Amino acid sequence: MRIRVAALAAAVCLGAVGAQAQQKVKMPIVIELSGAGAVSGTNFRDGALLAIEEINAKGGILGRKIDAPQSDTQSNPGVSRAQVQKALDGDPYVLFGPVFSGSVKVNMMLAQQAEVPQITGAEAAEITQAGNPYIFRTSFGQQMSMPKIANYIRDGLKAKTVALLWVNNDFGKGGRDTFMKEMAARNIKVVADVSTESGQVDFAADVVKIKSANADAIFVYINEEESARFLREARKQGVKAPLIGETTLLSQKVIELAGDAANGVRGHVGLTVDAPVASVLAFRERFFKRYKYLPDHNGLKGYTGVYAVKYATEKTGRFDRKLLAKTMRGLTITPEQEPGVLMEATWDDKGDIDRISFLAEVVDGKQKVVQILPKLGK
Amino acid sequence: MADLFQLLVAGLATGGIYALVAIGFVLLWQTSQTINFAQGEFVMLPAFFVLAAMKLGGLSFSLAILIGFAVSLVVLGLLFKRLVVDPMIRHGVLPLVISTIALAILMKEGVKEFYAADAQPFPALWATTNVAVGGAVISVQSLVIIAVAVVAIAALQYFLAATKTGRRMQATAQNPTLARILGIPVGRMILYTFLINAALVALASFLVSPIYLAKFTNGETLGLVAFIAAIVGGFNQVRGAILGGLLLGVIDNLVAAYLSAQYRAAVPLFLLVAVILFRPQGLLGRAEERTV
Repeated sequence: MRIRVAALAAAVCLGAVGAQAQQKVKMPIVIELSGAGAVSGTNFRDGALLAIEEINAKGGILGRKIDAPQSDTQSNPGVSRAQVQKALDGDPYVLFGPVFSGSVKVNMMLAQQAEVPQITGAEAAEITQAGNPYIFRTSFGQQMSMPKIANYIRDGLKAKTVALLWVNNDFGKGGRDTFMKEMAARNIKVVADVSTESGQVDFAADVVKIKSANADAIFVYINEEESARFLREARKQGVKAPLIGETTLLSQKVIELAGDAANGVRGHVGLTVDAPVASVLAFRERFFKRYKYLPDHNGLKGYTGVYAVKYATEKTGRFDRKLLAKTMRGLTITPEQEPGVLMEATWDDKGDIDRISFLAEVVDGKQKVVQILPKLGK
Repeated sequence: MADLFQLLVAGLATGGIYALVAIGFVLLWQTSQTINFAQGEFVMLPAFFVLAAMKLGGLSFSLAILIGFAVSLVVLGLLFKRLVVDPMIRHGVLPLVISTIALAILMKEGVKEFYAADAQPFPALWATTNVAVGGAVISVQSLVIIAVAVVAIAALQYFLAATKTGRRMQATAQNPTLARILGIPVGRMILYTFLINAALVALASFLVSPIYLAKFTNGETLGLVAFIAAIVGGFNQVRGAILGGLLLGVIDNLVAAYLSAQYRAAVPLFLLVAVILFRPQGLLGRAEERTV
């Protein structure tokens, strides 16, 4: 009798543990939490966690709550590869991150081999051109954003010459190559082509070089912290030409770090919490209430990425990784279908995303959207 | 020509920071044979003392600077000597060097863990305006850095050469045993050098953080370059550290502008190798001599 009771108790306990495990679906976040990409990664992570908290509070996806262990790539591609492998060993349903293109380039093969969909914040053009059916962006790739910024430089600024400052990493090199191509297609001469290093702190010499080029506009394509340092140095040296950026240069973190030096910066932003879109502004409030700081575009990437996975999973009706990847190709999600995506978004057959974007300017320490640009596919 | 002038001014400003940090290396070595590989992190930390005083204490920036300076003297001067240097130095230079490397890691990870992993804005001590000089636009911020560095170095030189305490410190550096026989409180003189080093790194921190932004990694390059500057100038001469700092600051900017931004980090190392090969005592150093 005693043995029977013990066996029954053990069975109940094992059943409870099994049921608890079954209730959770694993979605690890492998992201830059330290190093040069800490700003981007922390924003992405916090955005994703906010979405996960909201979803879990409402019962999860298909009745299963999300378990999102985090690991730090240290903004180092080698470390990111090890962390992704570790995450994949845990048999996840989907993988979030990283944001740095250099890291994604070296670890996306692992996720592809494991047939795990990877939702990344990386923007380097080549990431979605390698034929990987498991990679999906949460923001524009450079091949989508650079034509928009090039049109703005030609039509909005009427610039004939431009000076280019870029960061010598995968993100910067991809952006530089795409930008040069777009400038050539519009007959705009690039009169200075200045590369900088990731994590660089002193921009005095770079600003002197850029200034001496006397270009009609200066296009800056570097990461957040370096952007802030560059802007401070540019203002110190009295740079007068319009400073143009693509998303990063106008991000909330850059504005916070650069202070007054960010005023007057203009450019294209794929995602911004200052967008005149009610759902985005509501997200901004929720994020600030939760974390006590305003997110940049990476916060939006993480948040919308989680909801995209939720919608696609509920559409398929089961947790099937291959089916999820297949479903997301060519998928359009509207805010009516899934409010968490905030704005209508479409993924093409390569995993690139398309949605509305914005022209913006920094005025009095705030990003001000001056024009909404339609989806490229419209 | 205007570009060159701007680069020279920017280089001298950067070099002024290097010089302040390099002087600290020399002072500690001369008086206590301490090579502090956490010197870069010593520059990083005072900025976070100030930010913490503003954020947690709700203090104004000017008051926070004073608090940050005072805390730096205590933590990076007094406590560093008492808790790290005094127990380790009796075991030789190498264990102490290893201890300072460990301290550097501890300080970096501590700031990352308990304050922030990302860069933080640090208010400037002055408005970021600029002045036009013969076609060149010179940043007032750079001029202020140069001026503050020059005043600090001149005051230090005056203190060492023209005051009784300064001369006692010189005597301690040259021959501590004899200094002790002559009644000089050697222990206190050594403590003074640690406090001076703490003051110099705090000053460097307040000057450089508005430009570099406050970040836990800020000390990595700064510490290395200042160490190289001290060797290039002469590790046993304060004036050598000054020359080495200014030289590296100017060369760094000129190389980045006219040669290659990618290889700018390698230039101090090339210079170091050249000095070790052709003038091992440094540009202004003297072989087998100790003085501050």
